[in-house]
Amino acid sequence: MEIDVNGVRHTVDAEPERTLLTLLRDELDLTGTKYGCGEGQCGACTVLIDGAPARSCQTRAGAMGGHKITTIEGLAQHDALTHEPILHPVQEAFLDAESMQCGYCTPGMIMSGVALLNKNLNPDDAAIMQAMQGNVCRCGTYPRIVAAVRRAAKYMPRVVA
Amino acid sequence: MTTFEPERYELLAGPAYNFPLDRRGFFKSLGGGIVVASFLAQADAQESGGGRRGGQSAPKEISAWLHIDRNGAVTAYTGKVEVGQNARTSLTQAVAEELGAPMSAIEMVMGDTERTPFDMGTFGSMTTPQMIPQLRKAAAAARKLLPEGDWKSIDFSKIDESLNGVTAGTMKPTAQWTVLGTSPKKVHGRDMVTGRHQYTSDIKVPGMLYGRILRAERFKAKLVSLDASAAKAMPGVTVVEDGNFAGVVAPTPAAASNALAALKAEWNAPPQTSSKTLYSDLRKTQGNGRGGTETGSVEKAMAEADKKLERTYTVAYIAHAPLEPRAAVASWSGDKLTVWTGTQRPFGVRSELAQSFHIPEENIRVIMPDTGSGYGGKHTGEAAIEAARLAKSAGKPVKLVWSREEEFTWAYFRPAGVIDVRGAVDKNGRLTAWEFHNYNSGTSAINTLYDVPNKKIEFHPVDAPLRSGSYRGLAGTANHFARECHMDELATLTGVEPLEFRMRNLKDDRFKAVLQAAANRFGWGKGSFGIAGGFEKGSYVATCAEVRVEPGRPPRVIRVVQAYECGAVVNPDQLRNQNEGAVIMGLGGALFESIRFDNGKILNPHFAQYRVPRFRDVPNIEIVLVDRKDLPPAGAGETPIMTLAPAIANAIYAATGERLRSMPLLPGAEVQSAPSGSFLTPAGRKRSGRRHGCQRGTHECARHNHPSVANCPC
Repeated sequence: MEIDVNGVRHTVDAEPERTLLTLLRDELDLTGTKYGCGEGQCGACTVLIDGAPARSCQTRAGAMGGHKITTIEGLAQHDALTHEPILHPVQEAFLDAESMQCGYCTPGMIMSGVALLNKNLNPDDAAIMQAMQGNVCRCGTYPRIVAAVRRAAKYMPRVVA
Repeated sequence: MTTFEPERYELLAGPAYNFPLDRRGFFKSLGGGIVVASFLAQADAQESGGGRRGGQSAPKEISAWLHIDRNGAVTAYTGKVEVGQNARTSLTQAVAEELGAPMSAIEMVMGDTERTPFDMGTFGSMTTPQMIPQLRKAAAAARKLLPEGDWKSIDFSKIDESLNGVTAGTMKPTAQWTVLGTSPKKVHGRDMVTGRHQYTSDIKVPGMLYGRILRAERFKAKLVSLDASAAKAMPGVTVVEDGNFAGVVAPTPAAASNALAALKAEWNAPPQTSSKTLYSDLRKTQGNGRGGTETGSVEKAMAEADKKLERTYTVAYIAHAPLEPRAAVASWSGDKLTVWTGTQRPFGVRSELAQSFHIPEENIRVIMPDTGSGYGGKHTGEAAIEAARLAKSAGKPVKLVWSREEEFTWAYFRPAGVIDVRGAVDKNGRLTAWEFHNYNSGTSAINTLYDVPNKKIEFHPVDAPLRSGSYRGLAGTANHFARECHMDELATLTGVEPLEFRMRNLKDDRFKAVLQAAANRFGWGKGSFGIAGGFEKGSYVATCAEVRVEPGRPPRVIRVVQAYECGAVVNPDQLRNQNEGAVIMGLGGALFESIRFDNGKILNPHFAQYRVPRFRDVPNIEIVLVDRKDLPPAGAGETPIMTLAPAIANAIYAATGERLRSMPLLPGAEVQSAPSGSFLTPAGRKRSGRRHGCQRGTHECARHNHPSVANCPC
């Protein structure tokens, strides 16, 4: 089957029991998406499917035909001239607010934050916490993550009518 | 003061260290440029009593070294590791400070047994007080060997290699700091936000296969029989059997899981106890406790006391639950072994591997990539040994990543404990007697800093039901919980306001200063407030908490102010980050974290059953840093977790009149409802009523092959 990850089409085996998480990590070497529990309880494996957040550990790779998948590796844009990566506003905000300690939850947190801002450009703290309640940061950087998502909202590209 | 052996747990085995390369050979191996090494006095090398060296003693030992190449690139080598506590950045700051080099010119090589000096391990909050000065002295010495002037003006191609030295320079006075004491961003932060940073579980080496381990049904079980015929028939699968050890190796993780599921094993385990009888089991201690020397006479003081109190406090077993489970990649080349693994003790793991495989330590290289946290939970090398055993039979490199259930079951736990406290006060509200017996949980912070003429403090080791080990702060949390709750109870008994009661019984000015700093910022007074303070590992901490109690709901922590003093502050923003994180992690142990077990099985080995703090549990948190530039910096990874629980318990008493003496404080709240569906469940859509596994708090509908419940008709 064919699968679209970060705008690149890959032809992969669709073993029935395979999860999107192991496909990304072990076959496509996109290891930014993390295993945390394999049970959809921690959010470390969060990716975007057609712009909406999904637990890749609970998503069957075989169901991904025709869908666009975005992982943490696909968030940054590249400058057309210099090819330098330009970080997504949520990535920049995580750096600015130092919203991490060990960093293991960070990719999943960022993907959840991006998914929220994709549909709500002005979330208040309650909306951020509501949207990210399923992501665990065992180091306890939650207040910094909320601050980062709030800050990133200001820098999200907006369509001007 | 009563003295105790420091807590050691699994830290008993110190390797017989032999420096792998002679110094001259090592310096040459780095190529051109200059090298400066700094020696650590043996006394300092001992981690607060951890790691006995079994008679091996060198008068001096290299603790860190620094290499400056002919392009001006600086590499600093230390055996310390990064597990989220920001050591990589703070150590880079230390080198930059003394060298006058920009942080971007400096790379830290950490926790690699072949490239870095021996280090006992990263625990005990020792990186800041021990390694920062060592690196600063080396950097200061190196700076003296270089031409004067701005870093950019130095022509490194002309530096004199004969200057190589083993020496120590003089550290800058704190008042002259320009890099230390500031808050530069995490040096590898960009790799973390882009997914580029490679944790152990992300490493792939050529030809690598994937392993899984057959786990016993119960603790202490013996493997009676194993039928591996079905697994062996699977393509590319190797089954490894070695005594009680069994595992599989396969070309993909899914194939390994299938092979594991095809193993048919019979186990035999002795009957074992249950968490239901935990606290009575923990009292079944044998012999006398440790410490136990008495100052004055507690009996006499109790008999003569105006007011006295006797109470018991308990703490449950809890799990570290690092988000990155234990993982290792092992690769053999003949009888030489290389292992990448997330551990706080790479050299300790090297010793474990040497013992397990009966090969010399010189044949083993352990590399520790910056790891998805540890909290004291990754001192041991289980995954490394297992991966190496599998790789040995498979003849190929093997990666092993523990599942969440394995991490919750086969790692070790923070010890549970029972603590009996007796205290007495005179009519002026001054302590006259203090007796403290800790069963099993440990000795960290067991002594009281309060001024009391008659005291007896004792630790009672117990043959405990679960495998236990280090945890952020060790027993500091349990001992502070019992002590600071009991102080509160005594304050109530004497009718003295809790902060005033503590101040009245304290002579230690640093302790008083953090209590006052927390109280001032909090707006201490009457309300649903609680306060607690303490000292451990060179740092003072005080916490004020406010709770909200509503009918029919468990009390909720809504506000925390924590004051922290660890000498001169090295990186203020990261010190706040550590304090905030410790408060949030501490909320779990204080309110709802608890490992339940029965007859050799863990009953709640999943995040759905073992509740950890999430976004909506977090109160408003404010951290007050008391910066003592006149004192050397102490660590801050652990002590910030110790006083939250008693502050909350005391606040709940203030709000309700009910004294809670058992951690977690809110039994019944241990299991959360499934993580809010919010982004798992589209807005306005009810979670109930969906079928086919779509209710599992997950995103996909397994039955209908839809990528998301949003699109699923079920």
